[in-house]
Amino acid sequence: MDKRHFDVELDQLRQKLVMMATKVEILINHSIEAIRKRDAAAAETALAMDKEIDRMEIEIEEAAISLIARYQPAAGDLRFLVGAIKINNDLERIGDHGVNIAQSAALLAGRPDVKVLADIPWMAGLAVSMLKDSLDSFISGDSEKAREVCTRDDQVDELKDQILRIVLTFMMEKPDFISSGMTLILVARNLERIADLATDISEEAIYIHHGKVIKHGAEQQPEASGQDVVS
Amino acid sequence: MTGTHQDASIISNKIEINSLDLFYGQFQALKLVDMSVQENMITALIGPSGCGKSTLLRCLNRMNDLIPGVRVKGKVLLDDSDIYDTSIEVAELRKRVGMVFQRPNPFPLSIYDNVVYGLRVAGMRNATRLKEIAEQSLRAAWLWDPLKAKLNHPALELPLDQQQRLCVARLLAVQPEVILMDEPCSALDPIATMKIEELMLELKKKYTIVIVTHNMQQAARVSDFTGYMLLGEMIEFGQTNDVFTKPTKKLTEDYITGKYG
Repeated sequence: MDKRHFDVELDQLRQKLVMMATKVEILINHSIEAIRKRDAAAAETALAMDKEIDRMEIEIEEAAISLIARYQPAAGDLRFLVGAIKINNDLERIGDHGVNIAQSAALLAGRPDVKVLADIPWMAGLAVSMLKDSLDSFISGDSEKAREVCTRDDQVDELKDQILRIVLTFMMEKPDFISSGMTLILVARNLERIADLATDISEEAIYIHHGKVIKHGAEQQPEASGQDVVS
Repeated sequence: MTGTHQDASIISNKIEINSLDLFYGQFQALKLVDMSVQENMITALIGPSGCGKSTLLRCLNRMNDLIPGVRVKGKVLLDDSDIYDTSIEVAELRKRVGMVFQRPNPFPLSIYDNVVYGLRVAGMRNATRLKEIAEQSLRAAWLWDPLKAKLNHPALELPLDQQQRLCVARLLAVQPEVILMDEPCSALDPIATMKIEELMLELKKKYTIVIVTHNMQQAARVSDFTGYMLLGEMIEFGQTNDVFTKPTKKLTEDYITGKYG
């Protein structure tokens, strides 16, 4: 039998999601670069990219709903489609955080006296690597990689707390710094959310490929110790 | 999915099938099938044509005995007693384990006479008691209200879904414990199918149901447990929700996602 129409449409959806993920990755890298360079013009480009991502989100969601309605998929196909809808949503939100970061870069550009904390690029590097690995695991089904992303989320959370402490101290010492300090806190907060969403994507990747729910500590519960599904 | 999976420890197995082989002459139609049917649950058997699911269903009330050249090996326990034991009365077994067929098959009699047919054959003559049971059975099959004013009408004039529900009522009149359904909706349109499915969900409160269906969505909608069969073997058996969302065998995945064949 030739490839079924359903599989052709499913492949198209998968490719579109990968394309969207690539665009989101480019947007995040662009925004982080903007922070590093304090590029005031970066926000505009980021907004244009985000518009494209938003458009793709709607297309992907509609395609997934249509496939479910028309074909009533089951098992791996169903897990993929439900996971695709969630990842689609996660990616769109990551895009929004990217825009926020680019806008923060514009704010910082007006304050040449403020040094960007070294912890922020470090945190950004971690969040971006998590995003990249989560998308890789979604495509390949590499559950080790996906689980590894989840453990890195704790590091990002710690870095965020650390940045918060340092910035708060600066703000208390120098009231002039408050406005820039708030911006830096927002950048850290956006990066932390990107890392959280990358963790979500990794958890979805494991569910799609292996049928296992690992979020919210579900794996530690006794009923989760079922057999692995076919992959 | 309506499956309310109660605590496994309080559910008892109504039927237990152990290493069941069945041969039609030289042809082996069932190969070492193991399966448990839990009480007050709906168990669905799915699989491609000729996989043995109807054969397995018919083993549960020994309908296969009627086919010449059939040999059965292994055990089918109903409430822990082997139904293939020589001491078993087949007529009594079929009263306990009744069957609804693919096409509605009411007798060419009135609606009322259809419902009480089994009771009369069993020797019941008490008219008041017959009427009572007929009403109870028709009510349980959701036919009392639409049909109470025309109980003397010929059953064959009813629409197909009512005919099928009349067959269910006829079965309920003899107070079975298990109801076997062999593609009970394949001759029915979607609305009529929905009514039978709703009826099944109602009936499982009192009875244990085993259904063979070609309609996978039907199995997913109504059953608590699903068995996937292929070439006479039970490939995978488990809770319906698991089988349809995360099957453990590649063969099952291929079948329920439509990649098989």
